[in-house]
Amino acid sequence: MTYVPKITVPSINRRSFVVGSAVAGAGFALGFALPRELQSAAAATVPGEVDAWVVIRPDETVVVRIARSEMGQGSMTGLAQLVAEELECDWSRVTAEFPTPGENLSRQRVWGSFSTGGSRGIRESQDYVRKGGAAARTMLVQAAATAWNVPAAECTAANSVITHRPSGRTTTYGKVADAAARLSPPAEVALKDPKDWIVAGKSLKRLDTADKILGKPIFGIDLRQPGMLYAAINACPVFGGTLAKFDETKVRTMPGVKHVLRVGDNAVAVVADSWWRANAALKALPVVWNEGDNAKASSKAIAQFLAEGLTADQAFVGNASGDAKASMRGAAKLVEAVYSFPYQIHATMEPMNATALYTPDRCEVWCPTQNGESALVAVAETSGLPIGKCDVHKTLLGGGFGRRGEVDYVRQAVAIAKQVPGTPIKLLWSREEDTTHDAYHPITQCRLQGALDADNNLIGLHMRISGQSIIAGQMPDRLQNGKDPIVFQGLNPGGAEGVFGYNVPNILIDHAMRNPPVPPGFWRGVNGNHNALYLESFMDELAHAAGADPLAFRLKYLKPKHAAVLKAAAEKIGYDTPAPQGHYRGVAAFMANASYVAACAEVSVDGGQVKIHRMVGATNPGHAVNPELIARQVEGTFAYGLSAMLYGECTLSNGRVEQTNFDTYNVIRIAEMPKVDTVVMADGEFWGGVGEPTIGVAAPAVLNAVFAATGKRIRNMPIKNYDWHSA
Amino acid sequence: MIALSINGKPYNVDVEADTPLLWVLRDTIGLTGTKYGCGIAQCGACTVHIDGVATRSCQVPVGTVGAQKITTIEALAPDGKLHPVQQAWLDLDVPQCGYCQSGMMMAVVALLKEKPKPTDADIDAAITNICRCGTYQRVRAAIHAAANNA
Repeated sequence: MTYVPKITVPSINRRSFVVGSAVAGAGFALGFALPRELQSAAAATVPGEVDAWVVIRPDETVVVRIARSEMGQGSMTGLAQLVAEELECDWSRVTAEFPTPGENLSRQRVWGSFSTGGSRGIRESQDYVRKGGAAARTMLVQAAATAWNVPAAECTAANSVITHRPSGRTTTYGKVADAAARLSPPAEVALKDPKDWIVAGKSLKRLDTADKILGKPIFGIDLRQPGMLYAAINACPVFGGTLAKFDETKVRTMPGVKHVLRVGDNAVAVVADSWWRANAALKALPVVWNEGDNAKASSKAIAQFLAEGLTADQAFVGNASGDAKASMRGAAKLVEAVYSFPYQIHATMEPMNATALYTPDRCEVWCPTQNGESALVAVAETSGLPIGKCDVHKTLLGGGFGRRGEVDYVRQAVAIAKQVPGTPIKLLWSREEDTTHDAYHPITQCRLQGALDADNNLIGLHMRISGQSIIAGQMPDRLQNGKDPIVFQGLNPGGAEGVFGYNVPNILIDHAMRNPPVPPGFWRGVNGNHNALYLESFMDELAHAAGADPLAFRLKYLKPKHAAVLKAAAEKIGYDTPAPQGHYRGVAAFMANASYVAACAEVSVDGGQVKIHRMVGATNPGHAVNPELIARQVEGTFAYGLSAMLYGECTLSNGRVEQTNFDTYNVIRIAEMPKVDTVVMADGEFWGGVGEPTIGVAAPAVLNAVFAATGKRIRNMPIKNYDWHSA
Repeated sequence: MIALSINGKPYNVDVEADTPLLWVLRDTIGLTGTKYGCGIAQCGACTVHIDGVATRSCQVPVGTVGAQKITTIEALAPDGKLHPVQQAWLDLDVPQCGYCQSGMMMAVVALLKEKPKPTDADIDAAITNICRCGTYQRVRAAIHAAANNA
């Protein structure tokens, strides 16, 4: 017997999560209908499902199915635009729907990957979602042609209307959708030239705004089910430690408390009839931890551990050409500097949460996840049930930033629910739990050496990164003979993802891996954040040593696509004209997530107070599916990167993260947000990401401007720790 | 039982008097538009109006509310007609993830009541809500738009 859960949140139903807009007038619905492999789709189970990506309802609603998660980045809208472009449907009737990973599994992964990270949501699925739209259009047209007994080649489709040109007869998608759904998908479809796009490439409004301004229950934390209980959790505050014991008699009689449960080997949860009561009891619960080997870990010891790596003999080489070390020996001027970047938390505004319902023959989870499929695997593994008896229902995410690619909170929710069969359990982390149990932005230091010849030409660069590997911490099987290839993000000699931008004859970029006992994670921008900061700050140091303008110095060595975005950013900020009185400028350029990016900053510094007045971000993402959504991502990445630069730092004492909430881990607010102008300059030659790459250039552009303003070079993040009275 | 007036309706809730209003709204009554972000009045995601004053509901023991009138995001658009602030938010597509935006809009509604044409400095001083997506620039533009449309 299959258990069918009942959900009371109207917009979260069992099958799928529909984003609609009551306010915007049109009856929005997004649905999906096309398979990644057009032949591989199992038979449609939903009326009007033309293919896996597109469902057309009799009322002409077009439901576009979206496999990737929506965490604010806007991919849901962008992907729908790509499908709609090829579908030739009426955009005002488009709504979006998330298929479940369980459905994906049962249909031979017809929707491809659900993973939403690395700024890959659009660039990695654009090809097959567009084919999904094109195949559905072909089938709809064929269905109309068959009904009219005319050749399909005589029919055209536009705006959800099919026209037989010779006779002028018309019909609509809604009228032929069921017939179309019975046809076989075409073996091949041709895609439009992006130059001919009318829906994609345009700054259309987001599909999800109306729900978000009305306070609709669209996030995981909003989920409510009949009979649902609430769980609060504490995991061992020391990483790697375990739960020894707890004394539930102290809290068992507190109001609303139902259960006190061991969760895995390192956590304890209280289940109650409201989250507040659960958390109140958890705070009162006496707990003893086995703190384990990391009980004495400290930031000071970690800093020393990393510093040793800056000059260690052994290091993994990520980029080498010429003889960098020889160029240092032969330099007319040798420039050297050491930088550092601390641990950061993601701090999604919606803390980690998941709602799980376990019965002996089925387990379902509702959660905000960046990867529905890895969440599904976690549900199956933790519940002990076959994966076919599990499913995950995605909600919208109250921020992701890489944190919600993890599945720790999903495992916990299932582990709790399994101990309370038949009762839906909503697990919610407190902000304190979220801050002290993150998968942290990795910690690194970097020693850079640059060689200038007698004519102040840059002839050599050695960049030694010492520090943590996310791959080693999370997926060590992906190391390459011990080397983590992604630590060289943006510094690679080639490839499509992130190429080092400067033509320098002698280069050595290497990594001394040093992994402290703090779990590292993918943090929006990932390794590009510190790599760009180190490289682009040091390029400024080299320009200064060479007596050159920082922009002109870079342009002398930058490869064409890198140079083009930097020039565009500089032009937009008016680099050739003086900055306002008391304002100073800095620049930075980088490549990450397969896009070329640059930033210019305009700052003033008064008594150690850095005021960032204005920033320009330029990006060449190859293709721009929705330029306004890209501009929002650039603004958002700047806020995220500048927040880290100004304030972001997690420190460790006695094996514990010392920061617990926004009072001890400050973040940027509206008063500090600069005016941001975005230049989107897609050249049509490739597909790049936009959700992350501009983070990396934000901080160095500002730091270089701070140097221009003060002559002070801030090399250790965050700025809040900088001693302005130092030399 | 504690009597409350929320969005013009009377409620009686059976909770401890020290329970924060936030959790009564979310878990007891089911008005989940008001969000939990930090629990220490830092982020503003839980902002509601108490007798018209923007208040961080995570720090308000429900037993202290009494007869004061509570308004949440769910009541900002009675009869389906958007509040000018919501309209500006919709027109400018302000939200990204959207999680902080209920509290952000409630803070802005209160600001505009006090200062119908706020300056940028007024906004900087009054709007201290945290948005991790970085919608701040659009928030500022939407505040000015709402002020001009009101």
